[in-house]
Amino acid sequence: MTVSPRWRIGLRAVALAYLGALLFVPVGLVFYRTFEHGIAAVWASITTPAAIHAFQLTLEVTAIAVPLNTIFGIVMALALARGRWRGKGVVNALIDLPFAVSPIVIGLSLVLVYGIHGWLGPALTKAGVQVIFSVPGIVLATIFVSLPFVVREVTPVLKEIGDEQEQAAATLGAGAWTTFRRVTLPSIRWGVAYGVVLSVARCIGEFGAVSVVSGKVAGETDTLTLLVDKRFSNFDLAGAYAASALLALIALGTLLAMTTINPRKEGDG
Amino acid sequence: MSATAVTVPVRRAERRFGELGLGVATLWLSVIVLLPLSAVVAHSLDGGLGAFRDAVTSPQATSALRFTLLVSLATVLINGVGGTLIAWVLVRDRFPGKRVVNALIDLPFALPTIVAGLVLLTLYGQRSPLGINVAFTQVAVLLALLFVTLPFVIRSVQPVLIELDTEMEQAALSLGAGNATIFRRIVLPNLVPAILSGAALAFARAIGEFGSIVLISGNIPFKTQVSSVYVFNLIESDAPISAAAVSTVLLLVSLLVLLAIRGLGRWGARHDR
Repeated sequence: MTVSPRWRIGLRAVALAYLGALLFVPVGLVFYRTFEHGIAAVWASITTPAAIHAFQLTLEVTAIAVPLNTIFGIVMALALARGRWRGKGVVNALIDLPFAVSPIVIGLSLVLVYGIHGWLGPALTKAGVQVIFSVPGIVLATIFVSLPFVVREVTPVLKEIGDEQEQAAATLGAGAWTTFRRVTLPSIRWGVAYGVVLSVARCIGEFGAVSVVSGKVAGETDTLTLLVDKRFSNFDLAGAYAASALLALIALGTLLAMTTINPRKEGDG
Repeated sequence: MSATAVTVPVRRAERRFGELGLGVATLWLSVIVLLPLSAVVAHSLDGGLGAFRDAVTSPQATSALRFTLLVSLATVLINGVGGTLIAWVLVRDRFPGKRVVNALIDLPFALPTIVAGLVLLTLYGQRSPLGINVAFTQVAVLLALLFVTLPFVIRSVQPVLIELDTEMEQAALSLGAGNATIFRRIVLPNLVPAILSGAALAFARAIGEFGSIVLISGNIPFKTQVSSVYVFNLIESDAPISAAAVSTVLLLVSLLVLLAIRGLGRWGARHDR
């Protein structure tokens, strides 16, 4: 340590004050505001039919988006880490687009493809399928925003472990699928788990893209984050706080899962 | 990796499996991401080049874009300094509760953005227990962006600081260098690539941010309106061509930042050796 104790404590105080003012105190205050009128009111507010439906819809959408992106993520990570093919650099860069593009632009892009005046709109209307202002649109938006997480967590792990064990398995007569299931998958499982946790958090928390495509039909296309916005706009502050506290608890659960998985993931390499 | 006779059959089996997988994965990426984004660019020109130019050069659009870029830049500067400081404290300092603080740094990533907006409004809005009310001002937008981009620089600098050997610093100290000199001449140069790449990621995030800003900014045109909220208003008021035009500009900015990040990554890797 090169810094004198007085400097060290001073820097620590500045860092913690910044974190406190920006992060810890505001988040703590939201929990205080939520529960200041007792837990019964909070419970009543998160068990209204609209809230329960929003919670169910959020879970359903997550349950569709995360497995699909996990399969995509593992396959794409294998291709990026093991394969040699033309256009790899371009695909590698394009995967990060959902991280860089504004959620509002993502929402708009889906409207322009699947909306009534969109590219596929007339065909979908003829087939009687409604995507925008309906659940499929919310699912598509959620898949879009959470697409890169598993790829980005698994690719470095695959590069790190190398392919010697996979080759050994193949020499011993294992097929591609057996090699993947018995050798590759066990060694990347914590990377996959970490990517899944990040994806789940993002799917549950997505707001911007979903708010463009949902149409916000109460009891039909309201997710939990949309419910927070709607309650706040309708001056139901207590209700907005209750739904926010539920989402914040999910976020804290995510952090707990992340800190539990992270050391194991690193221990794997 | 040893004998080619061993690796050849492996490669062949894997290749067939891999080609199918790669095809499906690329198709997925194209349908989910590339097709919709190309629809935005194509639709922005539906009214002709003149309409595109009018949409992106309207006073409200340029004012929103200018504010978005400036407030994002301010965010990145503050969190660049603050994030580096916090990373230093988390790596080099020891205090009770450090592990909890370290785990909570990622909270802005895990917390839904709309909740982040509400969280800040609770402490810095009309009912603020501190008597500080910045709601519906440009400061509020800055606060929201500082909150959501907080982890980027910290998480990018931390691993580099952990790897950084303290021997050089001790040598400098024994040669009579002061704290400021050691930081400026030894610690900082090693951290610059990590700070810049974290800052670039934060910048990309700040440019497109919507959820945390929408409640707290008040969305006042020419004052607190950012581009993403402006695009949202255009969509709501049924002006999809203008919305697509402004979105195309935002997309271009995102692409430029992504390219800059890749460039920084390469520069950082070279810098390492």
